[in-house]
Amino acid sequence: MTAHLKQNKLDKRNVLDGMQQGIIGKPISRSEGLLKVTGKATYAAEYHLENCLEGVIVTAPFAKGRVTVIDESSVMEMPGVITVISDERMIARAAQGTAGAAPLQKACDVDYWGQPIALVVAESFEEARNAAKHLHIEFEVEDAIFDASEVEVEPQDGATQQGDLAQAMAEAEHSVDISYTTEGHASAAMEPHAAIADWDGETLTVRASLQMLNYNIGELADSMDLDESKVRLISRYVGGGFGSKLGISQEVVAASIAAMQLGRPVRVVMSRQQVFQTIMRRSETTQRLRLAADANGRLTGFGHEALVSNLPGEGFAEPVTQSSEFLYAGENRLLKIDIARIHRMTAGSVRAPGEAVGMPALEAALDELAEKAGIDPVELRLRNIPEEHPATGTPFSSHKLAECLQQGAKAFGWDSGPRKPRNRREGEWWIGTGVASAARVHIVSQARARVTLQADGTALVETDMTDIGTGTYTILGQIAGEMLGLAQEQVKVELGDTRHPRGSGSGGSWGAASVGSAVFVACEAIRAKIASQLGISADMELTLKDSTVSWDEGKKSLSDIIDGKDIAREGHYEPGDITEDYAASGYGAFFVEVAVNRWTGETRMRRMTGAFGFGRVLNEKTARSQCLGGMVWCIGSALTESLLFDPRDGHLVNCDLAEYHVPVNRDIPDLDVIMVEERDPAASPIQAKGIGELGMCGGAGAIANAIYNACGARMHDFPMTPDRVLAAMPDE
Amino acid sequence: MTLTINDKEYELPSDPRVSLLDFIRHDAGLSGTKKGCDHGQCGACTVIVNGERINSCLTLAIMHEDDAVTTIEGLGTPTNPSALQQAFLSHDGYQCGYCTPGQICSATAMLTEIASGLPSDATEDISTSPKLTDEEIRERMSGNLCRCGAYPNIVAAIREVAEAGL
Ligand code: FES
Ligand code: FES
Repeated sequence: MTAHLKQNKLDKRNVLDGMQQGIIGKPISRSEGLLKVTGKATYAAEYHLENCLEGVIVTAPFAKGRVTVIDESSVMEMPGVITVISDERMIARAAQGTAGAAPLQKACDVDYWGQPIALVVAESFEEARNAAKHLHIEFEVEDAIFDASEVEVEPQDGATQQGDLAQAMAEAEHSVDISYTTEGHASAAMEPHAAIADWDGETLTVRASLQMLNYNIGELADSMDLDESKVRLISRYVGGGFGSKLGISQEVVAASIAAMQLGRPVRVVMSRQQVFQTIMRRSETTQRLRLAADANGRLTGFGHEALVSNLPGEGFAEPVTQSSEFLYAGENRLLKIDIARIHRMTAGSVRAPGEAVGMPALEAALDELAEKAGIDPVELRLRNIPEEHPATGTPFSSHKLAECLQQGAKAFGWDSGPRKPRNRREGEWWIGTGVASAARVHIVSQARARVTLQADGTALVETDMTDIGTGTYTILGQIAGEMLGLAQEQVKVELGDTRHPRGSGSGGSWGAASVGSAVFVACEAIRAKIASQLGISADMELTLKDSTVSWDEGKKSLSDIIDGKDIAREGHYEPGDITEDYAASGYGAFFVEVAVNRWTGETRMRRMTGAFGFGRVLNEKTARSQCLGGMVWCIGSALTESLLFDPRDGHLVNCDLAEYHVPVNRDIPDLDVIMVEERDPAASPIQAKGIGELGMCGGAGAIANAIYNACGARMHDFPMTPDRVLAAMPDE
Repeated sequence: MTLTINDKEYELPSDPRVSLLDFIRHDAGLSGTKKGCDHGQCGACTVIVNGERINSCLTLAIMHEDDAVTTIEGLGTPTNPSALQQAFLSHDGYQCGYCTPGQICSATAMLTEIASGLPSDATEDISTSPKLTDEEIRERMSGNLCRCGAYPNIVAAIREVAEAGL
């Protein structure tokens, strides 16, 4: 039986707060944690299938053109080699998030350097790898453009134009007009993309590392020209995603073709270099920020324009201005994004697409405005929190920016006195502080989950939702346990298998609120069934706690009530009018202290505080970890992360973890996370909002502002590497 | 020719190209040890060989005749986790869990390195024994990348175990 909820109204019942089990929100350790820390959690490439073959992908050593010959005979005699796959169905690019259909196929038409063009299959990995290196291919290379500044740009739909920004700038008491650049980023999840495909003549089963099985199944079925009912995807553990595993990637389809052709399981794991070269990049950006303010620092004009890039034919454009739409006031507004078509690998979602690069620029520009206006930057932000969505007039549902700024400032010990650069030096290090706001629009999607209250008094939650490190296993158990009066250990959660009801997928920070609501809806239906069985009109008259049901007149154990018969309900949650009627978003504030070396320009993080409001906290421990992760990403994008392309042939120069610098342990100082209490009735029936991306929306701007406050270097180009800081540093 | 992994003896592979990492993951079937880069750049493949931590992707299996390898499975089990495994669980020193076996193997051997007086870049006075400061832990754990960004929790977990002298 399916219980359905389309959320058209605010849900102010706060049902979870009225429950008695007392586990929701608690810092419970991850339910799958012991498996992870003892090496027993099985990731995509780690299943042992009898007779499994190994496939190694061959990629194009040029950026644009056509592969004319793939000479199988050049490797077929090599030891262990079984076949070479260069099928028309192989996909040329990974699918964008939520595509649900095949991405571009025909891999022999090459659009970017490193595009997969063939798969060599052999008995062992070593044999396949060796043969892949020796596969003879011929190709025709065409000229291509790799730099966004060299092409005609296309404007994106959805620009905001309101009032007259130019006039507001001209009339402003204080204003800034600054250009920024940010470099491309890679998700660089620690687990490389991997798939093991297995065809039993009926069903194609693929164990893969994917974030959104509910969409991925359609992408794979379409690529293979199979009915969805003939495809099964399994992703029980995913070694990080960050957007890179939203859609199926090339190894999934290549392994599937090989397995169906050979009648044996085939494993394909991308090398780290292949992951860098073929999986989604975050686009580099060029941005222009125009802010106009009156004498009190109130914004009268707000302009944010961006240029981003992607391959021809891709619908995705880094949504740089996403938070700028609503974060600050200003009646004269211009927000727009242009896109340039160039031949670097596909641009797509990398954690916090848009905000991750748009907000640092905005928050850095705001700091320059604060300095010009002589207003404390925390105060300037507080003065510009709009009453309602500044462009659409939509009311905010719940808005915690002011609290985040205030609580963060207090915890950090923010000095709201006059701010002058080079106020503090310790040896050869200049010390400074900076602030930035955080905002990430809240999204929910439809989701289904089945909850079964089993005869033995335990519960089972099933959905094809994934846990990519976000804590899904744990929080779904907490929601079900809270609703049904069960201890965490009595709820078993099974994820990552398309045999289960379709969840929401992990992405866009919408997983917890969406699929959590589906579990909630299923549990409400189970409670209603229990109530009706007891002849009680409303389930809220029941107290479910520690496997016991009590009500006004009585008390009974759960297992007595269900009396040997499972109660199973599928919950189906759908966002309704609520998403139109209210503007829901997570908010936050970052406070950082940095040290900048006066001779080398190196920046070291000294401490960082993040205060965040994202609705109900479902698990204090895993939620805090999400925030920590976001803050670490802020530091990486602020200081070191940058994709570098060769301007001559378009190849990615730093395509590994030695040259693309993600933060290491010693780059990260003590991080302080404050979670601001909030229930958002518009966000979801569990009052929770997204959290996975909020922690990296804007923090790099706080670091830029701290660098200026430390040493006087105004940074307009991210990442703020030592050479750039040194060049911007004024003479002493 | 054999090597031992977690006290069990294994025949060395006939193909000399097999890395120690692939031997552990594939031939020995111990997939707790992870492959993040295959190039010595991430630390996910860290195992303990004769008491010292190494990147198992950077060495060939046949170079380890008679060596004693300890992997994450050899440190503890879900029913009997080691102190560090338990501390990683309670401090949430991981998210996706993919870097985690490498982190824990690395941390296990790292604590021995500090105890035996090996200095690091974070050691202020190398003429005395290194102190177990957070900065020492951070420096010595910097060969183990965690893209989920669990670093502060990893440091907290290691600190707890080190302070308890477990
Ligand atoms: S897999 Fe060995 S260091 Fe990355
Ligand atoms: S826990 Fe995911 S990379 Fe460390």
